Amino acid sequence: MEALLASAIGVLTSAGIYLILRVRTFPVVVGTTMLSYAVNLFLFASGRLALDLPPILSPDQAGYTDPLPQALVLTAIVISFGMTAITVMIALGAYLESGSDRFDIAAAPRPGDHGAPQDMRLSADYDPRREPGPQGEGGGDPHDTAPEGRR
Amino acid sequence: MSHLIVLPVVLPALLAPVMAMAMRHDLVLQRTFGLAGQVALLALAVVLAVQAFTTGEIHVYELGAWPAPFGIVLVLDRLSATMLTLSALLGVMVTLYAIGSGWDRRGWHFHALFAFQMMGVNGAFLTGDAFNLFVFFEVLLIASYGLVIHSGGAFRLRAGLQYVVMNLAGSTLFLFALGTLYAVLGTLNMADMAIKAAAVAPEDAALLAVGAVLLLLVFAVKAAAFPVQFWLPATYSAAPAPVAALFAIMTKVGAYAIIRVYTLIFGEGTPELSALVSAMLLPAALVTLVVGAVGVLGSARLERAIAFSVLASMGTLLTAIALFTPAGLTAALYYMVHSTFAGAALFLVADLVRRGQEGGRRPHGVTVAFYFVAAIAMAGMPPLTGFLGKVFVLQAAAPAEGAPVIWGVILVTSLVLIVGFTRLGSALFWKTAPVPDGDPPDAGGGLALPGGLAAAAAALPVAALALMTLASGPVAEAMDRTAAQLIDRPTYIRAVLDPAEPSAEGLRRGGGAHDRGADDPVAPGRGAAPEEEAE
Repeated sequence: MEALLASAIGVLTSAGIYLILRVRTFPVVVGTTMLSYAVNLFLFASGRLALDLPPILSPDQAGYTDPLPQALVLTAIVISFGMTAITVMIALGAYLESGSDRFDIAAAPRPGDHGAPQDMRLSADYDPRREPGPQGEGGGDPHDTAPEGRR
Repeated sequence: MSHLIVLPVVLPALLAPVMAMAMRHDLVLQRTFGLAGQVALLALAVVLAVQAFTTGEIHVYELGAWPAPFGIVLVLDRLSATMLTLSALLGVMVTLYAIGSGWDRRGWHFHALFAFQMMGVNGAFLTGDAFNLFVFFEVLLIASYGLVIHSGGAFRLRAGLQYVVMNLAGSTLFLFALGTLYAVLGTLNMADMAIKAAAVAPEDAALLAVGAVLLLLVFAVKAAAFPVQFWLPATYSAAPAPVAALFAIMTKVGAYAIIRVYTLIFGEGTPELSALVSAMLLPAALVTLVVGAVGVLGSARLERAIAFSVLASMGTLLTAIALFTPAGLTAALYYMVHSTFAGAALFLVADLVRRGQEGGRRPHGVTVAFYFVAAIAMAGMPPLTGFLGKVFVLQAAAPAEGAPVIWGVILVTSLVLIVGFTRLGSALFWKTAPVPDGDPPDAGGGLALPGGLAAAAAALPVAALALMTLASGPVAEAMDRTAAQLIDRPTYIRAVLDPAEPSAEGLRRGGGAHDRGADDPVAPGRGAAPEEEAE
């Protein structure tokens, strides 16, 4: 059982890490979900593995299994569920606003930024020296394959 | 027992949903309640700080009246009180600026998210339970996700996405660390963990070290220390100005967690771990400092440069923390308060400058003066707090082993920062701003120029820096006492756990679940408390 659980945690973690290093948002979201599954299993195991034991004191049973990790897992599930929802919302928003689901884009506004309110674009677009930064502020991303301007 | 301790968490927790639901269409009400809430938090924090500093006692609040190692406790000591006051002060300043500049109008639920953020920050400062610390981290992170993308825009959403995923990975790591530590120590109460960590079995020592280092990595993500600092410049420079100013406290939450965990749990009781953490944190902090300083020099945008200067200040702060000596902690605490105000002041002043440019005007002289003061403070030139803070850090580092390296890095980066800020200042204020062709500044374009309130609010952190400079003696003395309290672990542990049975022997874990007797009376109670947070 230990080997099975350990390899499950390992496989989920490595899949999760591989996926969050991908460049598009959907695999990244799936990757964070994988990581949260892995961590839930890990937390579960931190109370030691026990078969057929209740997480509560009972006179009919020989022992009990540690209930605290189960409570921790419950909390972690709730939190990671909410986090996944937020990530999907923000990813969707970024995709609809920019027409691209790429992840690796500099955090500065670009001329092709769609949907940025006019006042926003003014306030952040101004560059005191008018020099594009090393990360290509002001330049388009040639690798964008998704159609620009999708709203 | 005084219930006052729990109010900094409960008050925003109650206020935020009311603002989000009942007042969602009424900005005036939101502003009124948002500001009133922040002022109330400040009043609370001051009352708690006076309590903590005059008596020197450590106040413990048992949530749900579960006794200490089994339930969750909130602990108020001088460090918590200092951090509460600092965050509340910043909260009032930033709320005033958001109202005065109209940033809170440009998206939904600014004040509600702000209150949730304060709830998470305050909770993280108060809690005495490691898992509860994780929960409050998540609370403040969820609120910060909403605040980063406040008022939208594709670039902001993209930066927000990177920030979210970085922090999700950090949270996962946090859980892995907590799972490892729980598996070794069998407890998540920090004071109890401290006892168990000091008495850990030799065969578990390696696992404990893994847990401690994983936890350090998590806090390094929050504090933006070297290998995991990449999220900070992108996020801070894309976030709305008041949010970026508020985030000055967010990195400090990471620094606070490092101080708390590695003085209390992995402090004197575990000398090898303490040395290991110090040996890892010190180089990371120095590289952070260099990265920040070079980043300021290389940034083309003002906001990005300021974000890098925040990074540099975190480097200095973590250098002081990594010494783990009373003098180092005193210097770290002083520098922490200073750098919070300096970072906030710079972001708010940058927004004032930006707004002036949008109106096609040259920056007002007052704005320039604010920039001057804030930049001097951030770079660490005399006479302001940045200079004094760096002197404290250098003094604390003098007896350390790598003192010449630390001195060299801090002094050279200070020079680089001065050059960077000078370059930005002259580009911003001395050059005539080029007006882009075909895009005439239409006198605002629906954007209100900052009124008196925005300028006054931006003046507040600058004034705080000046006041802190004047009151440096008392402040440093207070920080000295705070550091002394931090070093004095037994008092903290005794205050949290029952003084009659300081080690809570019944909790010592055996090899497996079967080893514990079925009549162990503590297990059901331990499970019950974390379930409450899950709801």
